[in-house]
Amino acid sequence: MSAAAHRDGPPAVWAHAWRSGAPLLVAVGVGLLMHFAVQPAVGAFKARVLVDIGINVILAVSLTLVNGFTGQFSIGHAGFMALGGYAAGALSYYGSYQLFGAAAFNGGVLSWTASQGPFHGPWVGGGDLLFVAACLVGGLVAAGAGYLVGLPSLRLRGDYLAIVTLGFGEIVRVVLQSTQTQLSQAAEVAATPWPLLTLKLGGALGFIGLPFYTTLFWVYLAVALTLTVAIRLKRSSYGRAFLAIREDEVAAEALGVHTTRYKVRAFVLAAFLAGVAGALYAHLVGSINAGELGFQKSFEVVIMVVLGGMGSVSGSTLAAIVLTLLPELLRTVTGSVNTYLPPAYELPDLRMIIYSLALILMMILRPQGFFGLREIWDWRVRRRPRPA
Amino acid sequence: MALLEIRDLHVHYGAVHALQGISLEVAAGQIVTLIGANGAGKSTTLRAISGLVRPTRGTLVFDGRPLAGCPPHEIVRRGVAHAPEGRGIFANFTVAENLEIGAFARADRVGAARDRERALELFPRLRERLRQNAGTLSGGEQQMLAIARALVARPRLLLLDEPSLGLAPQVVQTIFGIIRDINAAGTTILLVEQNAHLALQTASYAYVLEVGRPALHGPAAELAASPQVRQAYLGLA
Ligand SMILES: Nc1ncnc2c1ncn2[C@@H]1O[C@H](COP(=O)(O)OP(=O)(O)OP(=O)(O)O)[C@@H](O)[C@H]1O
Ligand SMILES: [Mg+2]
Repeated sequence: MSAAAHRDGPPAVWAHAWRSGAPLLVAVGVGLLMHFAVQPAVGAFKARVLVDIGINVILAVSLTLVNGFTGQFSIGHAGFMALGGYAAGALSYYGSYQLFGAAAFNGGVLSWTASQGPFHGPWVGGGDLLFVAACLVGGLVAAGAGYLVGLPSLRLRGDYLAIVTLGFGEIVRVVLQSTQTQLSQAAEVAATPWPLLTLKLGGALGFIGLPFYTTLFWVYLAVALTLTVAIRLKRSSYGRAFLAIREDEVAAEALGVHTTRYKVRAFVLAAFLAGVAGALYAHLVGSINAGELGFQKSFEVVIMVVLGGMGSVSGSTLAAIVLTLLPELLRTVTGSVNTYLPPAYELPDLRMIIYSLALILMMILRPQGFFGLREIWDWRVRRRPRPA
Repeated sequence: MALLEIRDLHVHYGAVHALQGISLEVAAGQIVTLIGANGAGKSTTLRAISGLVRPTRGTLVFDGRPLAGCPPHEIVRRGVAHAPEGRGIFANFTVAENLEIGAFARADRVGAARDRERALELFPRLRERLRQNAGTLSGGEQQMLAIARALVARPRLLLLDEPSLGLAPQVVQTIFGIIRDINAAGTTILLVEQNAHLALQTASYAYVLEVGRPALHGPAAELAASPQVRQAYLGLA
């Protein structure tokens, strides 16, 4: 890259710096706006829903890279989320003991949720850096797992990946649930070396007591970066290779696309983003439990991608928003209906039933999803291909 | 030495022994054609050359170096482009995006842009439709796109699999005219065709395949005159 920049001279260097720097600035701007303007305006409850939406958008858009762009079918995304959450939690929890003496919040105003009370402290604290490092480590651990899972299974034909990722998600859950009891005494933590600490992640009870760092700022920073990466990828010739694999794998191969390598790259990137989403989730709730991140969570993400349109970044974003809001609305509705019903006739949680119905209807009425490969903004520009 | 040399090539699809010892040579600068009945193994031969199927026996040598074990994306980089049977157009991509994928294996952007320009000069209909979805092109236009897309890779050897498939005679004439132009500009071509008459007119050398085995070969004009070929493949007495 630097050689190319050199050859192109100074203007190209600036253009390049701008191209890579601008999205970061915009992302920080979006995060600041959400944190300082939206959060106080909407209040604690709605702010929490917005955080959930953001995390689901990251999950859905990242899975779109695999199931949409390259046309594979991965159904174990929650496994990567869990791995990322546990890895990040291990770093921030035990790291906090080692750096600050306790697993308590040590961040600045950007990591402080306003509903917890007024904040008196620095803009950026040492804990913020630990948290950011934890998110990146969570992403990298998930990406590493993605590589190990993807490399063998993506060489094979489509359906193998579905089976392998399904198994992977379950294995991750079982392994994380059989970790050792977590340590909660500073002296014990100090006396235990890191390799052993990574085995003490709370087991079946879940990994609890994690410091709260996740705010609208961090979530929407990550959302903005994820969307930028996904949209730029789709428009680049690099991303075109992903889409070509989905359109016609043999033709793409014949034209010089190393299809296995590209499928693995998409898969690893998606795993990284899911890992970051898991890290954000863990530090939002203050705990993470692999038991809650099983097949049902993976299924939710798959539905978002399928409904949004396999390959549409904006479509899966929209689906993630709708499908996060829907249970909230449903809960209110069933709640108020149930107050009039005798206990034996109360409505259960209707969410999965509605998801499944939506999926079936979609497969019948519009199998390519609401948006197909298109984005919301190029709805009018392209004509539909003639049916063969 | 020939640009492409194939010796005793065998290909299996599971239990199907599709190629049972094919040998052929393609000299640089020529158009060589491979004709034969349905299922004779013509497409399989092209797939073996471009690495899409792995031969079970035999050698493939391109430009003096063996192709054995080379994955398809390497073979493209070494100068072999394949316009597959059924065209393999990316229907949801625009014409321009299809051409972009054609240049995917190339590192030199300037050269790729020049070759794209050249391909569009050969097929002006494509230039008018650059922003149209490839799936909405007519069959003939899709075939033009498949050839143009292969050309953008700047191949030294172009593999064409049934470029006349499903096209009106006039369009076929146009496309075959362009195939000759491409060859005249220096690209070697291995042409697979059902239309033996047209293939023998276009090529300088021809091979005839019969269910996985080589049957005949010789200069195209000689084969076109041979009674055997006239009867079996040209439908003439
Ligand atoms: N993927 C495959 N799996 C199994 N058998 C195959 C496969 N592809 C081709 N074959 C078989 O291999 C033989 C040769 O097929 P090939 O496509 O090379 O024939 P062809 O000469 O190109 O025929 P056509 O003129 O009809 O295109 C046929 O018997 C075919 O059924
Ligand atoms: Mg064929």
